[in-house]
Amino acid sequence: MSSTDKLILENIYSTYYSGEQQLPVLNNISLNVGKGEFVSVLGPSGSGKSTILKIASGLLRPEWGRVLIDSKDITGKPQLVGYMPQQDLLFPWKTLKQNAALPLLAQRSSKKEAFTRVEELLPSFGLDGFSDYYPYQLSGGMRQRAALLRTMMIESGLMLLDEPFGALDALTREHLQDWLLEIWGRFKRSVLFVTHSIDEAIYLSDRIYVITERPGKIALEKTIELKRPRSKTVITTSLFSSYKQLLIDSLNIKSADYPGPDYQKES
Amino acid sequence: MKKLASIKANLPAVVMLMSIVALWELVCLTAKIPEYVLPAPSLIFIALWENIFLLLDHTKITLIAVLGGLALAILVAFILAMAMDRWKPLKQALYPVLVISQAVPIIALAPLMLIWFGVGLLPKVLIVALVCFFPLAVNLVEGFSQVDPEAIDLMQTMHADRWMIMRSVQLPFAMPYFFSGLKIAATYSVLGAIIGEWLGARAGLGIYMLRTMHSYRLSHLLAAIIVVIILSLIMFKLAELAGWLAMPWKRESNNQMEG
Repeated sequence: MSSTDKLILENIYSTYYSGEQQLPVLNNISLNVGKGEFVSVLGPSGSGKSTILKIASGLLRPEWGRVLIDSKDITGKPQLVGYMPQQDLLFPWKTLKQNAALPLLAQRSSKKEAFTRVEELLPSFGLDGFSDYYPYQLSGGMRQRAALLRTMMIESGLMLLDEPFGALDALTREHLQDWLLEIWGRFKRSVLFVTHSIDEAIYLSDRIYVITERPGKIALEKTIELKRPRSKTVITTSLFSSYKQLLIDSLNIKSADYPGPDYQKES
Repeated sequence: MKKLASIKANLPAVVMLMSIVALWELVCLTAKIPEYVLPAPSLIFIALWENIFLLLDHTKITLIAVLGGLALAILVAFILAMAMDRWKPLKQALYPVLVISQAVPIIALAPLMLIWFGVGLLPKVLIVALVCFFPLAVNLVEGFSQVDPEAIDLMQTMHADRWMIMRSVQLPFAMPYFFSGLKIAATYSVLGAIIGEWLGARAGLGIYMLRTMHSYRLSHLLAAIIVVIILSLIMFKLAELAGWLAMPWKRESNNQMEG
């Protein structure tokens, strides 16, 4: 861990309380995201991946451990971060433009200024001409891009993305992965990306943390040395396959049980 | 096509209603029932027609109490519901009291209003406000509390302040709740105003009804009742229209916000 780290999680423990029940969720998670780095957290459903993001954003205070953003201790203090929860959470009463402008308005930009900035970015998000549409008028893929546009409007160097493509069909998903890489390359944000798809993690990331089933602890940290810019052809390379084998082993999934490129989304 | 379908769907009810009126007329005519027992529909419509301007004058008085009371109820409901959302101890203290107060027949409090505030406009406005306040406040509190906590979290990561979260998330989310409360309140409001007038007033539909009752002019009384029904329906439709205008995102989809 060095001063070039955007985000550091140190020895995080977290427990979920529900009435009498105590459910340990995270067990000594330490991880870091360098400036401009794309880091993924890969794990099975219910491994507390979303909790990691909640804690990293300061929305949730861990039982134990520290969270540093730009070397500042922010444990349990909600930060200005590009947090994108699992559901797109576009507000149905706001048009695409109004939804995406929310972060700017929260920072006291004028409406005019905020809308202008959103409009400028619409083409690169493939949403040109849809600014006055309500969310229910958009397709699933468009909604995810709109939510990502909103996340991008949060003026923070850090993005926390919680399975942004989890609810999409495989084709849309692959398309959006390429598009996300392109956007990331252009805006140079540090990204902590949560997913349960092995291929997605390898394809997108500089580094991957594999976490175990609950209580989640880190089973493996792996740097992915595939050259950038990447395209879908890397999926067929032997290096990609060897990473995949390694990750499958660390997730304790027998290769034969692994049903293919994208095993089904979790509910 | 859609319009045609809705006419088709309502046809049985219209036929039913017309049959009842026809039967009523027939019975009154053949059995020679006197007007002070049950006036024939034709007599009621004649009474309505001949007194339409007088009835409208009284309606105007009642309508002022209805609108004034409703506006007051809306204002107080919003202020209280927002305060209860902001300060949880206030909600814990006040909400149960609100629910219990629902068991008090508000109409029974009407005489008190008259004793305290006389026979002018104010007691009617207060009675209407009292009847309308409850469904509005309870629905608003309910709406505020049903907002997805994830949405609030998201707003916090944008460093939105409380007022912005209220304005851009909680208030719009609670709108469908509010308008379903408003539809109930709108129909209650007419009832509240009329009962207020029964207890003491100089003019208004309630007073007109009392006068016609005392003089056994039942056709006139029933004509006033028809006006009351129409007024209630108009208030209900106005509440519906207000909801339609205030929630453009609900117009083409029935989708609630998911998750």
